[in-house]
Amino acid sequence: MIGIVSYGSYVPYRRLKRSAISQVLGVAAGKGERAVASFDEDSLSMAVEATRDALRAAPGAAVQALYFATTTPPYAEKLNAAILGAAARLPVEIRAADLTGSTRAGLTALLQAADTVGGGARHALAVAADCRLGAPEGKAEQQNGDAAVAFVLGSENVIAEVEATVSLTREFLDTWRNPDERFAHTWEERFALTQAYGPLLGKAVQQILAKAKVAPKDLAKVVLDSPNARAVDEVARAMKLDPSQLADPLALTVGQAGAAHPGLMLAAALSAAKPGERILVVSGADGADAVLLRVTDAATRYSQPRSVGRMIESKGDVSYGSYLKWREILPTEPPRRPDPIRPAGPPMLRTANWKYGLVGSRCTACGTPQLPPQRVCARCRALDKMEPYAFADRVGRVATMALDRLAFSLNPPTVNVVVDFEGGGRFICEMTDCQPDRVAIGDEVEMTFRKLFSADGVRNYFWKARPKR
Amino acid sequence: MASKGIKDRVAIVGMGCTQFGEHWDKGPDDLLVEAAYDAYASAGVDRNDVDAYWLGTLGSGFSGLTLSVPLKIDYRPVTHVENFCATGSEALRQACYAVASGAYDVAMAIGVEKLKDSGYSGLVISDPPNDGTLGNMTAPASFSLLAPAYFKKYGLDPEKGKDVLSRIAWKNHRNGAKNPKAQFRKEVPIEAIKNSPKIADPLGIMDCSGVSDGAAAAIVVRAEDAHKYRKDPIYIKALSFVAGPGDGHSNPDYDFTTFREVVASAEDAYRQAGITNAREQISMAEVHDCFTPTELVLYEDLGFSPRGTAWKDVMDGFFDLDGKLPVNPDGGLKSFGHPIGASGLRMMYEMWLQLRGEAGPRQLRDPKLGLTHNLGGVPGKCVSFVSVVGREIG
Repeated sequence: MIGIVSYGSYVPYRRLKRSAISQVLGVAAGKGERAVASFDEDSLSMAVEATRDALRAAPGAAVQALYFATTTPPYAEKLNAAILGAAARLPVEIRAADLTGSTRAGLTALLQAADTVGGGARHALAVAADCRLGAPEGKAEQQNGDAAVAFVLGSENVIAEVEATVSLTREFLDTWRNPDERFAHTWEERFALTQAYGPLLGKAVQQILAKAKVAPKDLAKVVLDSPNARAVDEVARAMKLDPSQLADPLALTVGQAGAAHPGLMLAAALSAAKPGERILVVSGADGADAVLLRVTDAATRYSQPRSVGRMIESKGDVSYGSYLKWREILPTEPPRRPDPIRPAGPPMLRTANWKYGLVGSRCTACGTPQLPPQRVCARCRALDKMEPYAFADRVGRVATMALDRLAFSLNPPTVNVVVDFEGGGRFICEMTDCQPDRVAIGDEVEMTFRKLFSADGVRNYFWKARPKR
Repeated sequence: MASKGIKDRVAIVGMGCTQFGEHWDKGPDDLLVEAAYDAYASAGVDRNDVDAYWLGTLGSGFSGLTLSVPLKIDYRPVTHVENFCATGSEALRQACYAVASGAYDVAMAIGVEKLKDSGYSGLVISDPPNDGTLGNMTAPASFSLLAPAYFKKYGLDPEKGKDVLSRIAWKNHRNGAKNPKAQFRKEVPIEAIKNSPKIADPLGIMDCSGVSDGAAAAIVVRAEDAHKYRKDPIYIKALSFVAGPGDGHSNPDYDFTTFREVVASAEDAYRQAGITNAREQISMAEVHDCFTPTELVLYEDLGFSPRGTAWKDVMDGFFDLDGKLPVNPDGGLKSFGHPIGASGLRMMYEMWLQLRGEAGPRQLRDPKLGLTHNLGGVPGKCVSFVSVVGREIG
């Protein structure tokens, strides 16, 4: 049996109310809000969050392949999945690829991972994340959202078995963006509805149901994802689905999260699914992919540490002005401070476990955890008695803090905290996703992988603290 | 402790110090020439009498050439030293040990910094190539970590805490107003300090030392030779310098209400000088008031106030110019300014003036023993220098 062993999701903390856009630009306001990646997040850092979540739910998973899907890869050339693998502390012995070019890549990654397990891999990771932009005043700006999702696929302890898959690829002009462009173009909606997505989604549904000999009424949940919302409505109507069968499109809470979207809807559906139930997922863009899943008995024993619902509820507002600054749509006056220097290749390689995985060291002579990793023990001064000690999943408390209004940041003031970890170890780092004037000594924090800055085109990823979500 | 000390074996026989501030019309070369010739004249020596030089600068030049070229030093040793903001004191310490060893008869310690040419706000130090994990905290933020920790530990509400910090800045400006060489030479009302724009909460811009240009120099000789140069030299009682293991950033038992490095260097210096009760025996001190909470914590680390009580001494005026133990009578880093490489020597310059009765309107009554404290780095990870000097041997 091949299928999903665990999943993880990530919705960034910040929300932009659609009415906040309309207040500034005067455009018609949509309902609800969209999720917004913070100034220090991108598709890759969000992917790390979702991946860590999925791996926590599948302890001991022997991941041999990693597929990272996004339409907003941080690097155009340089394997983004390699950074993801390092941050998730995956071994070097994995196949890794970035899948991009279309929002469908998210579901494609899941199918690819299932096939890799079919080909003999113990476990494969499918991760999708997107940091979706839209030009100010446009529909996409309001409708899009930022999020990430990750699935561990395997052949044992499967909670949702892959019963059937279908893939269709067809060339037509609907959504396109050149490498040097930030905002996508789209053709008019009626063309895509009648000539592309309508027929393609319909065909994918028809084929997969026929393949599995399943009728629409047998489906507990249907995840329909397409950049063309009306195509989704039409297919649902044609299938004669009851509204209760349709998965929450998360339009009012997250927004259309690109490559992550169908996976995020699936993750939400899985958390409520019962053994024996079937979930159909269809993602359309430049064609359509579909997967039919059957929830297994193992799902009753599965516990998801961080549900999509919890991620959606844990939130704080961002003003439209800050959003425009964070996405660098609105240029701002630089501070009178030197630009940060780019991180250097050789030291980054030497300290990769530390930098990407937040792996410190623990003295085997006196038992003291410490970070960054040391050779001479900070407590007992023993030399080279260290073993690796991972801090990423440990919570800590704020010992003291500083608000820095002078340091370079897209979101001043920078909040710095001294974190004392449960179980030992102290670290000074930035605090993110917080209200600067509310941070207090004794606050509980957890660690999150972020982009500190870019310099000379090198994106400097490292860890920050954030209030526990 | 391994240090033996050189009590009363070395004397300062001349010092020079430039005006500190915004020297738009002077480069580091000009500042060095001024401070050096000022010191030669003060000691009554010819430039050729100086056998060796120790130059302290953090970022205004590399190598001994930074000094030997503008001064046209004729083929003599010039050692460039750097120890963060304690650079100037480190230059002095090296020069003192050099003459004490007998290797040279006359040595100069000189420090310079030209900060106002960078175009940036605050101090700029560029890190060597690294893995990008070193953090991005500015100096005011790093030192502001002390404030909430100290307030919480000793039960000061934030408003009271801010009053204490503001009074420290107020006192230093009040002293600096009496100092013609200070960068800021006027008193600042306490309300203006309290309400200054926030830099690193609770620190405002008026809690920060002045960013300035300047240079200072000292000429040192063995004590037995001092009277060849002048009848009123000052004597080195103690020189202590420690670098810490950076413990405060890795050990949760450090609580950000002390500098362990300062405690260690103060203990060492007091032992060298034979001081048993600093609060009673020290007549005056120049301490490293880079930011107001630093000075607050230093009072306790240097043994001027028992733990948890320095804030009361501040409010009582204990450290004022007319208090029991005047601290930063020259205005300190706050008002005199903080050209990094020069600051440690500037502190000693005030000792030089005060111990010899040349401090003008801010002259203290009959000071006998003075202390300078100079710190480099940040709370939890720093180097610390403490010296004790006196006007008499014994």
